[in-house]
Amino acid sequence: METIIILLVGVLVSTATYLLLSKNLIRVVLGTAILSHAIHLLLMTMGGLKMGSVPILGDQVDTYTDALPQALILTAIVISFAVTAFFLVLVYRTYQSTGSDNLYELKGPQDE
Amino acid sequence: MTLIHLFIFVPILVALLIPFIGKWFPKLHLGWAAFPVPVLLFTFFLAKIPETADGGSIYGSISWIRALDLAFAVHLDGLSLIFTLLITGIGSLVVLYSIFYLSKEREPLSHFYAYLLLFMSAMLGVVLSDNMMVLYVFWEMTSISSFLLIAFWFRRKKSRYGAQKSFLITVGGGLSMLVGFIMLYTMTGTNSIQEIISMRDAISDHQLFVPALILILIGAFTKSAQFPFHIWLPDAMEAPTPVSAYLHSATMVKAGLFLVARFTPVFGGEAAWFWLVSSVGMFTMFWGSFTAVRQKDLKALLAYSTISQLGLIMSLFGLGSAALQGGASIESVVYTKAIFVALFHLVNHSTFKGALFMVVGIIDHEVGTRDIRKLGGLLSFMPVTFTLAVISGFSMAGLPPFNGFLSKEMFFTAALQAGSMDIFSMDTWGLLFPIVAWIGSIFTFVYSMFIVVRTFLGPYRRERLEKTPHEAPVGMLISPIVLCVIIVVLFFIPNVLSHYLLAPAMNSVLPSYQGMEGLVPHIAAWHGFNLELLMTAGVVVFGFLLMKTYRSWQGVYELFPENRSIDRGYQWLLIGSEIGSKKATNLYMTGFLRNYLYYIYGFLLLSVGGTLFLTDGLSIRLSNDVPVALYEMLLVFIMAAAGVSILFTKSRMTAALLNGVLGYSIAIFFVLFRAPDLALTQLVVETVTTVLFLLCFYHLPEWSKEDRALKVRIPKIIISVGMGILTVLLALSVQGNKLFDSISSYFEDSYDLAGGRNIVNAILGDFRAFDTMLEVVVLFIAGVGVYTLVKLKTPKGADDHERK
Repeated sequence: METIIILLVGVLVSTATYLLLSKNLIRVVLGTAILSHAIHLLLMTMGGLKMGSVPILGDQVDTYTDALPQALILTAIVISFAVTAFFLVLVYRTYQSTGSDNLYELKGPQDE
Repeated sequence: MTLIHLFIFVPILVALLIPFIGKWFPKLHLGWAAFPVPVLLFTFFLAKIPETADGGSIYGSISWIRALDLAFAVHLDGLSLIFTLLITGIGSLVVLYSIFYLSKEREPLSHFYAYLLLFMSAMLGVVLSDNMMVLYVFWEMTSISSFLLIAFWFRRKKSRYGAQKSFLITVGGGLSMLVGFIMLYTMTGTNSIQEIISMRDAISDHQLFVPALILILIGAFTKSAQFPFHIWLPDAMEAPTPVSAYLHSATMVKAGLFLVARFTPVFGGEAAWFWLVSSVGMFTMFWGSFTAVRQKDLKALLAYSTISQLGLIMSLFGLGSAALQGGASIESVVYTKAIFVALFHLVNHSTFKGALFMVVGIIDHEVGTRDIRKLGGLLSFMPVTFTLAVISGFSMAGLPPFNGFLSKEMFFTAALQAGSMDIFSMDTWGLLFPIVAWIGSIFTFVYSMFIVVRTFLGPYRRERLEKTPHEAPVGMLISPIVLCVIIVVLFFIPNVLSHYLLAPAMNSVLPSYQGMEGLVPHIAAWHGFNLELLMTAGVVVFGFLLMKTYRSWQGVYELFPENRSIDRGYQWLLIGSEIGSKKATNLYMTGFLRNYLYYIYGFLLLSVGGTLFLTDGLSIRLSNDVPVALYEMLLVFIMAAAGVSILFTKSRMTAALLNGVLGYSIAIFFVLFRAPDLALTQLVVETVTTVLFLLCFYHLPEWSKEDRALKVRIPKIIISVGMGILTVLLALSVQGNKLFDSISSYFEDSYDLAGGRNIVNAILGDFRAFDTMLEVVVLFIAGVGVYTLVKLKTPKGADDHERK
């Protein structure tokens, strides 16, 4: 299971990197979103999968799944959401101000 | 901790007070506030003469970083004492002179005196430090204060140019010196110069010995304006004249000489040291005097003359180092005379050159020009200044009855001795030394006469001058008069100076000769009709002839055109490196996000991937895997397919929805992996994100197609596939190897520790509550950012202004 999830993470990271290298701003933002997905999955896998029951203390349970990665991922989800929202508005504002969402056009003239 | 430690910092402390004194006493010329400092220090160091006169020294140390052998150690011996007296003595006279030279109304005096006092501290630190690293810091401080003082009139382009030039060259040399110091430290394991001197024999065969020697010499040569680094000194003359008299003739430029003298016990006797110091010095002496003759500006003339005189002293230190070849012995004691002359001339040069600069300052101040072609016939207007110019000028030319005569004669003796040396293959080249020395002295005579004759004698041409010349105020005359009195007095009682200052200094430069007979020669003005006297006579005769026939031979200078000089080389280098660095920067700073990401990812792939490969960190063990259920496999395929197809979709809407598919699938995975909290959060967040994407699309045009050209696509594919593979490899290596136990079991006690049954929530809300709080802060910042970006509109005009 772990190996398969790691391979999936690899595919998602490749996709995200390819999108990050795009000219179009929306593609770049999409890339960051997918990258977060990939990393969340990776974190989850690193903690070990399905080693015990849900990490809520009960009476008849001996082992629990590792709770620490879950707490970290929870934080990461929220932060990546904030960042994605900010990026999207940034793209919107950039387009409003410059009339372009093309990074190549946004890089400025060749000679200052 | 000694009083010396304190006294080094007195000038800096007063410098800090200077601006306040200016505020409290607005009518006071700030020079009067600064003046007591060098006078006090001068008397302090004067009182130390008895302690060093018999070869003793004062040592004190404040330890600082023991592990790096950094200590603020001061060492006052004969050599340091000469320099401290020059620094404080000339310093007092220069400050006094500047009070009348610089106008209180027009100049920012608080800057001037603060810089000058800063310099004084720095220079005292250089000559008193025993720790090489501390010495280096003070050394660079002198460069900084010199920079500030040259650029004192910073509105002039030439001042800024001169300041930058001197800074680049001297600091560059300083860095080289630092590397030399570090090499010495590696060889000896100590930063203390005195300890290094005592270890001299143990390190002389070390392979770093000669490199260290050369690097330290570069530092000394740049500071003391030796060929080919001399080019900064003429441009430094843009500084106010008191500064030129102080820093650029009497003290700072002598720091290089000090360094050479200080390290003579370490490097002396080495052939490379002997040849470099003596030949560079000798050539500088000739080149400086030869170039000085052609100058039209009196200060430029003095600058080149300073270069020449520094070269003279430098060469003497080089020649004298021969005495250490093969250890101290009674046979080679005769060579030590060169060092003695070097020290003697060092003092003499400070007196007459200081006086000459002050004279030139007076002329500039009272006549309004320093151009030698415009001046002439000032004798009748400025008789006192004329007398001072004669005394100091004749002393520089090496005529009796002035101190310059004594040291010049002895210089000839040392040069003649060099001609008859039989070590360092001097038997083939040795004869060059007296010849070059003699020719250089002729030119020295010529330019010294120019200063006197062409300024004060000859026809007076009022129409070329800005104002009617008149004698300088008494205050401006005091300092040069004092110096001129010293010039004359030293001629009559040189052996007093020799006994109290030069002899102790000889002991510190040549510790192995300490107490040996013949180390301190008797100075006499008259020693019969010998070759030296003949040489002096020759200098006068030929010098006089050359002066009279200057017009007929000045064409010689056309052979050395300005546009092929070292100076041009420097400018070319400066401009070239500026253009070059700009081009190099523009080459990779393209402003295009993709390129920057290429650098980042490329570096990451190389460094992390390389490390993984080189350290054999890669070990994959799949045996620990839990079994896979069919529906899980299905989910994995859905996600992979959704991810890859985002790359190929034409519509951004599809892309956003596919991203949603990824998000929701992950939520399902969270459920499968026993993480209900994550699943809930992920569902909410994914929904809102998708809505945000759609909202954004409402305002943006349909996305454009990416470049399909292979040239663009192939590097993108390589990088992204590489990143994927790297992630997989890293993750698999981590997965297969658990180096230590997880810390998570601690949190399973959450009910007792935090009173919560939900472990994840207990971690977020209790164990790591600060993290969560800051996470909320991040959300808040993002919210403020979003709000600002949406709501805030820049006014139309302001936006244009920013873009410019």
